Amino acid sequence: METKPAADTKPLLRLATAWFGGCAGCHMSFMDLDEFLIDLTAKVDVVYSPVMDVKEYPENVDLCLIEGAICNEDNLELLHKIRERTKVIVSFGDCAVTANVPAIRNQLGLGNAESVLQRAYIESAQNNPSLPGEPGIVPALLPRVMPVHEVVHVNHFLPGCPPPADRIKALLVQVLEGVEPRLEGNQLKFG
Amino acid sequence: MVIDDLIEIAEKERAARKKHVVRCCMAAGCMSSDSKGVKEALEKAVKDAGLEDQVEVRGVGCMKLCCQGPLVQVDTNEPGATVEITTGNQGPLYQRVTPADAASVIGTLKGGKTTVQCGDPKDPFFTEQFSIVLANSGIVDPERIESYIAAEGYQALHHVLREMTPKDVVDEMIKCGLRGRGGAGYPTGLKWATVAKTPSLQKYVICNADEGDPGAFMDRSVLESDPHSVLEGMAIAAYAVGATQGFVYVRAEYPLAISRLQTAIKQAKQQGLLGSGIFESPFNFNIDLRIGAGAFVCGEETALMASVEGKRGAPRPRPPFPAESGLWACPTLINNVETFANVAPIVRKGADWFAGIGTEKSKGTKVFALAGKITNTGLIEVPMGTSLRKIVEVMGGGAPDGGRIKAVQTGGPSGGCIPADALDTPVDYDSLMKLGSIMGSGGMIVMDETTRMVDVARFFMEFCMDESCGKCIPCRAGTVQMHGMLTKILARQATVRDLQKLEELCEMVRSTSLCGLGQTAPNPVMSTLRFFRQEYTDLLKKDLYGGPNGNGNGEPKPAPTA
Amino acid sequence: MGACRLCLVEVAGIPKLLPACTTKVREGMEVQTNSERLRKYRRMTLELLFAERNHVCAVCVANGHCELQTLAYSQGMDHVRYDYRFPKWEVDDTHPLFGMDHNRCILCSRCVRVCWHIEGAGTKNVSGRGAKARIISDLNQPWGTSDTCTKCGKCVMSCPTGALFNKGSTVGEMERDRGKLEFIVTAREKKQWIAE
Repeated sequence: METKPAADTKPLLRLATAWFGGCAGCHMSFMDLDEFLIDLTAKVDVVYSPVMDVKEYPENVDLCLIEGAICNEDNLELLHKIRERTKVIVSFGDCAVTANVPAIRNQLGLGNAESVLQRAYIESAQNNPSLPGEPGIVPALLPRVMPVHEVVHVNHFLPGCPPPADRIKALLVQVLEGVEPRLEGNQLKFG
Repeated sequence: MVIDDLIEIAEKERAARKKHVVRCCMAAGCMSSDSKGVKEALEKAVKDAGLEDQVEVRGVGCMKLCCQGPLVQVDTNEPGATVEITTGNQGPLYQRVTPADAASVIGTLKGGKTTVQCGDPKDPFFTEQFSIVLANSGIVDPERIESYIAAEGYQALHHVLREMTPKDVVDEMIKCGLRGRGGAGYPTGLKWATVAKTPSLQKYVICNADEGDPGAFMDRSVLESDPHSVLEGMAIAAYAVGATQGFVYVRAEYPLAISRLQTAIKQAKQQGLLGSGIFESPFNFNIDLRIGAGAFVCGEETALMASVEGKRGAPRPRPPFPAESGLWACPTLINNVETFANVAPIVRKGADWFAGIGTEKSKGTKVFALAGKITNTGLIEVPMGTSLRKIVEVMGGGAPDGGRIKAVQTGGPSGGCIPADALDTPVDYDSLMKLGSIMGSGGMIVMDETTRMVDVARFFMEFCMDESCGKCIPCRAGTVQMHGMLTKILARQATVRDLQKLEELCEMVRSTSLCGLGQTAPNPVMSTLRFFRQEYTDLLKKDLYGGPNGNGNGEPKPAPTA
Repeated sequence: MGACRLCLVEVAGIPKLLPACTTKVREGMEVQTNSERLRKYRRMTLELLFAERNHVCAVCVANGHCELQTLAYSQGMDHVRYDYRFPKWEVDDTHPLFGMDHNRCILCSRCVRVCWHIEGAGTKNVSGRGAKARIISDLNQPWGTSDTCTKCGKCVMSCPTGALFNKGSTVGEMERDRGKLEFIVTAREKKQWIAE
């Protein structure tokens, strides 16, 4: 994915994907694009992604697909950075669009972050029950899990859990063609 | 019962009148400040002074200046006077009377002096009032039908039953121009005419006494002070539309009103003024009470009827309107307490007399409950078209402690806030509507400079949110969202986009809700936004992420063309 | 009913929007069913519903067979602009055959009506008001302890979302045979019970 554009062709679209609170299923579905992935390499330059070893979110990104809900302080910090450095943000999958399963803890009300940690790391632990806490390394959970658009401006929404590959393709094709992406009918189905 | 019996009761009652009448307010406001104790102390003082043959201590209904209660007023009858004092406010008015003051008040009748706080019956609060509905309030004893009969009570019913056809009565109501006093202002005569002409073996008359607006206590006072005027109005209406059964739907939070109504119905039945063959005519009419459990939405007529039927108090779509298909699918006339209380005076004095009062499109008078940041809290009745300024500044005495009035809220949670610079607006249905408020049932809450309008909007939204019945989605879920957005604005967490979202939602809830509760729930927000927008925008935080669609605020995409 | 407000239409000459489901058609009536304004309101109504309780399509028994879900995408709802409320609602799994998840209930009251008017059992009802309104069994008791429930399952058949479900069904398995209820109601009239 390091293809350099030829001087006479139009520059490659700088694509990023990000992974917040989610199961990575949306990224898996992205991989299901199969041979379209090969077409894609000719048109995009993937500059940041959980499947790549890039530490810092780069500047001047054209398009970023965001998977996952905003669950912890790291998510929040990176999301703001993404918004500042990206032209078009797509909420990619139900967790990004609705906060989905990660947000079920919100129903527990205030203090839900503590209670889910307690449940996972103390009550269910077989060995050495202890709460994860390493300041500066393990990010603190936010009091409330949020969909991406509750935090920053989102340009487009790609629902689905996960969005099927053809739905992802439909959106990408429109973006690459430079038209305002528009999904219709059951392409907008949640779940 | 024939007319002679009625006249005999009235004459007997007048003949028994003593030289002095000490009227002691026994409405809920004063009773909460122990006016019952005051009345008992007054009776004891009369006995102690040996004035039993000269002084009558009479428990009466609301004497209007509620903030100064308990109120006691002493009238002295001219020797040989034969008519009931109907104008009231004649003799000295005592305020904030305690049982300990009783002896001193009665002492004045023997030429003594008193240090009890004296009110001024010549205050504009009293002199500017024009009483039709409240004419008997504070004058007659609401627990004695004889007292009402002595004030020309039930003569209108007799006149209607013996001298008029039902159609004459309906025509009279159309001619007088009375409009519904529950808030919407639908012409009463037209409503009666619709019920009258809908054929049915069974019809009903319902009095809506489910007064629920925060700060409103007009209907309660009428029921506590003059229950028979409402019963008489209902009976006349029943005759006009052809109904034989009536219901008064009154909320359980008004125990005194309920008990006075029960007493009044019992007495009217005993006298043959309700029941079968009233005034020896073929007309039968009974009234039963239905006690509401305190749901605001049951003031909406279709929800009210569901509640009377014993069902869950939830509204249903109209049409069909109750006039065509109401209680148990029968044609049903529903009017508000104040509307019914206007009926007997209109019949007695004529439609032309009534039509001569008020403005071109709003006839008669309106009772308002003045509350909030105002010197004279209480009940007033003024002709339609009286300016807000006169009501609030002249009669109400303005804001207390020299404060400046900022706005007047009318119509409760369905109404809006009228800013101080629009105080010269005449109070009538159409002028208030133009200002984005409504007449409503008569609650009038005055606010001074210390009131934050976003708080006001949020208060009313919280009220609507709690009182939504939950049947239709825009009202049930929309009020929750609007309340959340107002909370966010007050917490300075909202952006200009949230404000846009709020306005859009207000518009949607107003247009799509099932009943009046939801349709009017956005009014307090919309009217405060209209006149006090700056207060909202001052609370907004900077929007970090601009963009055509905004922060999570994408424009709705058009639906796929099928 | 006229409660969900999704079928509101514009009728020429009437300033208010009218629900199509309870408004009688008249000769010469001019009706707009799909104006821009109506589409906007419909989408907003759906967004309000999704934000109101906890509708997590991804883990719902009715995923793929849900009227709410279908309406949402057919009206182009790609996200919800209102803050999700995340209320805490119980799941009633006391009934031997069926479950009730209040998180997915939209209070359409179909279950109540089918229970009263078709089955005639009167088990289901609505209690509380506003956002706190909820479907109850008998005198607000666990469904499994109801004396009146006949276990006929008509309420489950009528539910538009995943709120009422057959026990044991998992994500996406709650398919409902809508024809069955109609058959129960109309078979006698149409003489469908008589063998050919």
